[in-house]
Amino acid sequence: MGIIKSKDLEFEYINHSEDGEIESVNKAIAGVNIDIEKGDFIVILGHNGSGKSTLAKQMNAILQPTRGSLWVNGINTKDEENLLSIRRMAGMVFQNPDNQIIGSIVEEDVGFGPENIGVATDDIWKRVEESLSAVKMLDYRSHSPNKLSGGQKQRVAIAGVMAMKPDCIVLDEPTAMLDPNGRKDVIRTITELNKAAGVTIILITHYMEEAISADRIFVMDDGKIVMEGMPREIFTQVEKLRTLRLEVPQVTELAYELRQAGVAISDGILTIDELVDELCQLG
Amino acid sequence: MSIRLENINYIYSPDNAFRKHALKDINLEIREGEFVGIIGHTGSGKSTLMQLFNGLLRPASGHLYYDKSDIFEEHYNLKILREKVGLVFQYPEHQLFETTVLKDVCFGPKNQGLDEQSCIEKASEALRLVGLKEKYWEKSPFELSGGQKRRAAIAGVLAMQPEVLILDEPTAGLDPRGKNDILEQIKKLHQELKITIILVSHSMEDVAKYANRLIVMNQGRIYFDDVPKGIFKRYQELEAIGLAAPSVTYIMDRLRKKGFAVSADAMTVDEAKEEILKFLGKDK
Repeated sequence: MGIIKSKDLEFEYINHSEDGEIESVNKAIAGVNIDIEKGDFIVILGHNGSGKSTLAKQMNAILQPTRGSLWVNGINTKDEENLLSIRRMAGMVFQNPDNQIIGSIVEEDVGFGPENIGVATDDIWKRVEESLSAVKMLDYRSHSPNKLSGGQKQRVAIAGVMAMKPDCIVLDEPTAMLDPNGRKDVIRTITELNKAAGVTIILITHYMEEAISADRIFVMDDGKIVMEGMPREIFTQVEKLRTLRLEVPQVTELAYELRQAGVAISDGILTIDELVDELCQLG
Repeated sequence: MSIRLENINYIYSPDNAFRKHALKDINLEIREGEFVGIIGHTGSGKSTLMQLFNGLLRPASGHLYYDKSDIFEEHYNLKILREKVGLVFQYPEHQLFETTVLKDVCFGPKNQGLDEQSCIEKASEALRLVGLKEKYWEKSPFELSGGQKRRAAIAGVLAMQPEVLILDEPTAGLDPRGKNDILEQIKKLHQELKITIILVSHSMEDVAKYANRLIVMNQGRIYFDDVPKGIFKRYQELEAIGLAAPSVTYIMDRLRKKGFAVSADAMTVDEAKEEILKFLGKDK
């Protein structure tokens, strides 16, 4: 069994009227079966309202399945007693950095998690240092978080999760509010954590460029996983992605358009290097 | 319509340790009918600048003229200015509050003192402009999807019939289709209603596609002010200040280095496609 596995997972948001009667039921997840291997870098794509964030929240038991099950490291998230250990194993980073930083100094913020679970003081400091250096923010340890840029804040938030020594980090659109450099820094940071520390990464994003180096991509629509595969397999299906309100990276789009116009280049080009090489063969 | 800034300086917390000189000697003129993109890294002064445009912030020094009148003069009517210069903040859907979409959009005109019938007329017109179908008008704004909520919020500003529309990252957090839909609507407002647009964005691809002038902010100053092609050509300088060019620019640049006689100017997928096809002799 992989680090995160679900079977026939369903989740419903239920609206109650003022007198407690059920007004409407919105099925946000409608039968999801996934099996994510430890150490994988997974990207989840999907339009607004397709169920991505709801699925992410299942992965550290913020939400629990209405039907079916989800296991984190073999532990069922329905098991109330195990909630804390699940959240320690699967950390979460959200879109808006300002909503998830609480400490008045960077290192205090990063130490908040381990302190809460009763880690010994010496060990907390060790974890804080390790986590901050993993996200390359150690120089800012005594700074005030509100003086940092968006990308730096997100890296501090990631350090806060790393200090809990998680097996897996779920990031829900962590770059949506960042400028280009901030975006690059955050993606570089999580890629390094994945490669160097072997942390499983589950990244939700609307930036297709951020998905090209993933091990696997899941595409969601209507609460279901409708496409699954390696980036090249997914991004060759330009038309299908468009019907799902998505697009492909600009490089891939240009290559696709050129192919449509009769230029003999391969299908599913993902990087500038690939495109330039192919065109050079022709030119 | 024109907005002219003369030697504007803005300082946050001038009297204590948190003092920050956010805008430094800004000189700038926005002319009627322009579609201006403002880019810059976090903290470069973009948001401060946009809040000056309709007088939400008052500069430490300098003058801001709207149609030649100084808006910070004693008797200037800022309320009317704010009707003419509409501001759509980041995540504007967080400001939706009414029980129905239509009522929410009516809020602006109601505050302008219009009677109910005119309010509804203006609100309906605004909702049509942003492409929100009538079946949603009587719904609670909170039942709408992310993209629809954002349209409703933009309609709330449009209902005041502004001459200038300033939008701070109107597409953040939207899926690609939702993003394109909103940008296309904004383009339509610009072309059909001749509304002057100022678009603050972190997406180089978007400003390359839509804006006809770009202002690049860096450390509180205007770093570049030019047409997009002129600016993205200098992508190395942009990278040095935490920005980038659209991916297409890099592709064209690499191809040129490999000896392809393609124009370095192409910024969008369509332009690049044409250039490459022309070079390969595949154009008709």
